[in-house]
Amino acid sequence: MSISREDIEKVAVLARIRVDDAQISALESDLGNILNLVDELSAADTENIEPLSHPLDAVQRLRADEVTETNRREAFQAIAPATEDGLYLVPRVIE
Amino acid sequence: MQWDIVIGLEIHVQLATKTKIFSGSSTAFGAGPNTQASAIDLAMPGTLPVPNEQAFRYAVMFGLAVDAEIGRRSVFDHKNYFYPDLPRGSQITQMDHPIVGPGFVDVDLADGRRKRVRIHHAHLEEDAGKSLHEDYHGMTGIDLNRAGTPLIEVVTEPDMTSAEEAVGFARKLHSLVTSLGICDGDMSQGSLRFDVNISLKPKGSDTLGTRTETKNLNSFRYMEQAIAHEVERQMDILEDGGQVVQETRLYNGERDESRSMRTKEEANDYRYFPCPDLLPVVIDDAFIQSARDLLPELPDDRKARFKEQYGLNDYDAGLLSADARLAAFFEETAKHGQDAKLAANWVLGEFSAWLNAEDKTVSEAPITGLQLGQLVARIADNTVSSSGAKKVFEALWNGDSDNADAVIESQGLKQVSDTGALEKMVDDVLAEMPDQVAQYQQEQDPKKQKKMLGGFMGPLMKASKGQGNPKLFNEILVRKLGG
Repeated sequence: MSISREDIEKVAVLARIRVDDAQISALESDLGNILNLVDELSAADTENIEPLSHPLDAVQRLRADEVTETNRREAFQAIAPATEDGLYLVPRVIE
Repeated sequence: MQWDIVIGLEIHVQLATKTKIFSGSSTAFGAGPNTQASAIDLAMPGTLPVPNEQAFRYAVMFGLAVDAEIGRRSVFDHKNYFYPDLPRGSQITQMDHPIVGPGFVDVDLADGRRKRVRIHHAHLEEDAGKSLHEDYHGMTGIDLNRAGTPLIEVVTEPDMTSAEEAVGFARKLHSLVTSLGICDGDMSQGSLRFDVNISLKPKGSDTLGTRTETKNLNSFRYMEQAIAHEVERQMDILEDGGQVVQETRLYNGERDESRSMRTKEEANDYRYFPCPDLLPVVIDDAFIQSARDLLPELPDDRKARFKEQYGLNDYDAGLLSADARLAAFFEETAKHGQDAKLAANWVLGEFSAWLNAEDKTVSEAPITGLQLGQLVARIADNTVSSSGAKKVFEALWNGDSDNADAVIESQGLKQVSDTGALEKMVDDVLAEMPDQVAQYQQEQDPKKQKKMLGGFMGPLMKASKGQGNPKLFNEILVRKLGG
């Protein structure tokens, strides 16, 4: 299976990764090879097999609805690039 | 050209749990920014989400209330998108195996029709944080207190064909989730948020048109306006021979205008994948039964009971039963007020008018059902006239007193119902007005006679310093003048 230049550009946008033109042809063959490898799985007969949502045959435990976390804002914001009035500041986003 | 309108809704309902869906952080409203955002809510590396049992219980209660099948095996997925108020870069949600399967809600319309709206499914997911775009030196401020608040997203089939049906459904859903107690229903705080999908097709056609989605409508009024606005916009495009673009739109209720937010084709590929940190959640019969045991009286049942138990008409019963808190307030009023219909009139009249005027919810009202009930009882037993009662109501509302009887006493609003005293006043007034008495007695038309009685009421109310019981005055007058 091959991957097109447009596919790579689209995935790069979705993943917010900058990919320059020089890298694209290398990625075309690298990602193409990976997809070929994954494609070999298609040879397996999966008819009548439910897709597995988790590899462990176990069931999720639930927790009681009780407050267990305390305010640790100061510790978290110590490693944030910019904060003010208790808010995290990020480059302006306008849709 | 004639068009059919096709509307489907997606509704985000914030669940009223004490803690978040995947962490033990409080969801209490009004805390300082980011003081209720734990390492899990911030999506710090190495943290492990653990689901909140109560969120599942609430979701199952909702499913039971809309006659839906409950997802016995509920699976979480990641939905990928980048936005600063979503720290993980993905939202944990449910795609193929939601907690609530197909169900339905019946909506009563103004013309008496009952419209069934099918629920496609409802799934559990986490809410995002909040972005504050103003005043941070050109930067955006992020508060993640809301991040991780449990939501159910309810998705309907495109069954609604008008704004009335869509808003009717929205109101019914609001009534359901507040009656269930699984959501506080405060739309101004975003506890319930509506996304409206709208498309048009030529009348009678089987082929659906291209739809748009108008997001985050947080009042019923804006929802109604936004639908009218979008239908108009699409109709203009189609009638000019154009094509509707599939896109997400934002509606500005204050200006009654909308703008495109993003087109769906472009970059909006969520690349769902199963959440590796969460195992499937299995809901067994015992869990469903325990949720069923918690189901309170639902609005339809309550409406039927109000008609039966209190003798209310369909309209009043519908208004009083829709909101669980208003319903409880009415029942408290009726219990202490002796006269249920009178209680209904006061709750829907004066009480609702004051709530509206001061933009308050029932739980914020400064008067209790007990207090209003005590006042209603005094109207019912003729202690106070209805105009006097309005003054008492105002005093109770303003906190001048917490007891109707005390206000009646202190403001001298007690009606004189002692018939002996009233008869004497009538005798005196009639003696001073011989001409009017003669006129009345010569009049043959009972309607005109009735009107003429009003001429005596003024002097009588004056004689009694406004405290005579008008009903009794009337009875005495008719008796004396007729005799």
